[in-house]
Amino acid sequence: MNPRAQVQLWAAKRISAAVLALCVTVHLATMIYAVRHGLSATAILDRTQGNWVWAGFYLLFVLAVSVHAPIGLRTICGEWLGFNSRAVDVVLAAMGIALAAVGLRAVWAVFAS
Amino acid sequence: MRGGWRARNHPAYWAFMLHRVSGILLTLFLPLHFWALGHALGGAARLESFLIWTDQPLVKASEVAVVTLLAAHLAGGLRLLMLEFLAWRDWQQRLVAVAACITIGFGLGYLLNVV
Repeated sequence: MNPRAQVQLWAAKRISAAVLALCVTVHLATMIYAVRHGLSATAILDRTQGNWVWAGFYLLFVLAVSVHAPIGLRTICGEWLGFNSRAVDVVLAAMGIALAAVGLRAVWAVFAS
Repeated sequence: MRGGWRARNHPAYWAFMLHRVSGILLTLFLPLHFWALGHALGGAARLESFLIWTDQPLVKASEVAVVTLLAAHLAGGLRLLMLEFLAWRDWQQRLVAVAACITIGFGLGYLLNVV
């Protein structure tokens, strides 16, 4: 991989990490609040159905994690397993796209169902 | 070899390992989480039937573990961002302890409210 692409991956990992720091903090606080008041489908969907703020938040969350996770796995594949090939990059990019797809489906499910 | 073990016998090494392992486990968990939320496409009753299944003690224990792993990855990531982007100060030596407190805080917060 050329140095320019390496720098772009480095930046994407840090930017997505900063976004995720905010998203995960809100998500953890929401989960603790939700289980405290009894976790039910009605309670979850009452909060999320038709709510553009939550939809936007989870959209950002899913996109950030879909960028962050494959780049993290790429580092681990290289450092621990010695896998540095172009094929690994393609597989991990596909994994990121698949993660985004199932994540966006989940966001849509709790927003529009 | 001896030097390598000395390097590993340090809280920062274990913080690094925890950050990596928690990242791998969370990546494996995410598709399951998204799949579970996708049950809502079949309506509230379908999602509710799934949530009832998650009331089993073993599943609840797994939930607490996942929440704690998420908190650990968050705290470890914040620590790394601070080390990379802030000018070095002596207090940064204590970031491992701060990260551990954040992890335990969220983990206990979830555990005490879910049971």
